[in-house]
Amino acid sequence: MTESSVPAVPEGVRQLDIIGVRNGAFGASGSGDTSGFGGLVAPIVMPAPAIRPFGGWYDEISDEIELSLEARNLPAQEAIEKVVIYRDEITYHVRRDHLVAFVSALRDEPGLRFEMCLGVNGVHYPHETGRELHAVYPFLSITHNKRVRVEVSVPDADPHIPSIVAVYPTNDWHERETWDMFGIIFDGHPHLTRILMPDDWPGHPQRKDYPLGGIPVEYKGGTIPPPDQRRSYN
Amino acid sequence: MSTDDVLYTTADETTAEEFDEILDDDVDPYSGSYETTEGRVYTVTGGDWDTITAAPEGEKDRIVVNMGPQHPSTHGVLRLILEIDGETVTEARCGIGYLHTGIEKNMEFRSFVQGVTYVTRMDYLTPMFNEVAYCLAVEKALGVTEQIPERASVIRVMMMELNRIASHLVALATGGMELGALTAMEFGFRERELVLDIFEMVSGLRMNHAYIRPGGVAQDLPVDGVQKIRDTIPLLRKRLKDTVDLLVDNTIWMGRTVGVGYLDLTGCMALGITGPILRATGLPHDLRKSQPYCGYENYEFDVCTETTNDVYGRFLIRINEMAQSLRIVEQCLDQIKPGPVMIEDKKIAWPAQLSIGSDGQGNSPEHIKEIMSESMEALIHHFKLVTEGFHVPAGQVYAPVESPKGELGCYLVSSGGTRPYRVHFRDPGFTALQAVGVMSEGSMIADVIAAVASIDPVMGGVDR
Repeated sequence: MTESSVPAVPEGVRQLDIIGVRNGAFGASGSGDTSGFGGLVAPIVMPAPAIRPFGGWYDEISDEIELSLEARNLPAQEAIEKVVIYRDEITYHVRRDHLVAFVSALRDEPGLRFEMCLGVNGVHYPHETGRELHAVYPFLSITHNKRVRVEVSVPDADPHIPSIVAVYPTNDWHERETWDMFGIIFDGHPHLTRILMPDDWPGHPQRKDYPLGGIPVEYKGGTIPPPDQRRSYN
Repeated sequence: MSTDDVLYTTADETTAEEFDEILDDDVDPYSGSYETTEGRVYTVTGGDWDTITAAPEGEKDRIVVNMGPQHPSTHGVLRLILEIDGETVTEARCGIGYLHTGIEKNMEFRSFVQGVTYVTRMDYLTPMFNEVAYCLAVEKALGVTEQIPERASVIRVMMMELNRIASHLVALATGGMELGALTAMEFGFRERELVLDIFEMVSGLRMNHAYIRPGGVAQDLPVDGVQKIRDTIPLLRKRLKDTVDLLVDNTIWMGRTVGVGYLDLTGCMALGITGPILRATGLPHDLRKSQPYCGYENYEFDVCTETTNDVYGRFLIRINEMAQSLRIVEQCLDQIKPGPVMIEDKKIAWPAQLSIGSDGQGNSPEHIKEIMSESMEALIHHFKLVTEGFHVPAGQVYAPVESPKGELGCYLVSSGGTRPYRVHFRDPGFTALQAVGVMSEGSMIADVIAAVASIDPVMGGVDR
């Protein structure tokens, strides 16, 4: 990837999330290139961080969060890595050390009042070196009828995130599922055991480095390879 | 062999060699007794009561009963681990995962359109809600939510509300059966057939429809579809009244459900529980009202609440919600106007419409004629769209819907390709099952059944 193929970074933004690289015009690999576009290389970039003012209610809620964090002696810049607004949804990327304080503020401040945490789930981005594992927490405020999302990224080598079960007991099973499927260790969880896979299962199935598995299917003399070995256009 | 030789604590700590050793010694590993750090443990599978009665008196005994995963009253393969003292449950825990099928992982290897066939199989009693949640997420990620044709949205609402009736009927039917009300079971499944007949007429299948697709719905209603649905409503309404007459003031039914499975608003909030369980605490929270999708703001209906916090209240809410769903379906039938049922964007909408040919279902003859003998470009377009699929811009979205069981959310990450990078479903049953302990500890074993029935978990959705 050359420098010029990376999109320009907006002013004030520290970094872009590059989660992968796409080759060619069609995404297919493993067959000869007859299109002439096989040399194309393009980074896959997640939506860029938003810069103040965000517009709409996003500013009000961000002000509220910053004030309540400062009331807890926690500077907002230290807790919040960045804010992304995409498709009318706001995502706060929070550093893991301050996650519990952040979600406590979300739950307890009268101006925020996010009563419902709708669980947590993992995403594995193997290309994002140093922040391969993400945990995503959707929140719902019934009082204010608003939704926000909190995202925490940790390196694969040190997959520890503090558990928020003490603040939101509903996350008990959700954190167990995320441990089961992605291997993220939630420190302080009362009993972090596998929940969907058997207790002695090796590996964490929904990580990208875990194979899908499957066998070739034969039909009338032809053979169809398993889904993860078929031609993909991704 | 003396019991001192057998020292295994839990199954996962027993290595294969140890296990073989145990088997070689002609001892049933699933029966008999052994020492643990907490004292001697007897494993009973039935027919071996002699060992138990021979156990020395005076030891403190705790009885742990596995209810399920093959127990008929546990809604599929739910395993309840109950610690009991006589007939009283002192501790209740759930074991899940017996129906984990890896749907989320599988979807990462299929195109966005193919994903619909997977999600419809998750919570197999609410297939339409799974499909709508997924399609709303894909459409949000594409940024085409505003372009979905009105007729498609009306059909989606109509299918969802009919599905809500079917799901609530199964909840009442299986719940009734588990509490011994077999007539309720027969009524519930009989009425559900009426809804399934409509689904079969519209989508071709009674379950696992894959009818709602990103961009709209797979196929328009049949020519006489609106009339047939309209004709079914009075019959459904009349028969729903039978269930009401049978159960609402029934002394036995009330005896089994009133005050049972108590969970108040604080408990619901802490455990993240939505749907009928939350509304039975008096909070009128319904996403169809508070955050409307698919045009729910255009329909008149009431959010049903009760203030009893118990199984009976949840039952009443389901009964009342079915009547509200019928109201919405009637409004759909009045509002529906002719028009397209798939988005106009040719890069997303599949080009063909199905029709019934001489050899059964297939692409319409007009479309076949066009791609096979008139337009090479149309053929290429069709081929590319079906095999490769459409590209969705990189980003993450969350799309919630109010399913019969609560908030069903679809979290979707796209990396800009033709397949989802990650899909996760927040199934309401998964979250609500965490409440089994708090609902049933301290009650009788029979009340555990009532509590689980009022949660209405479907393991296909819980385990995914």
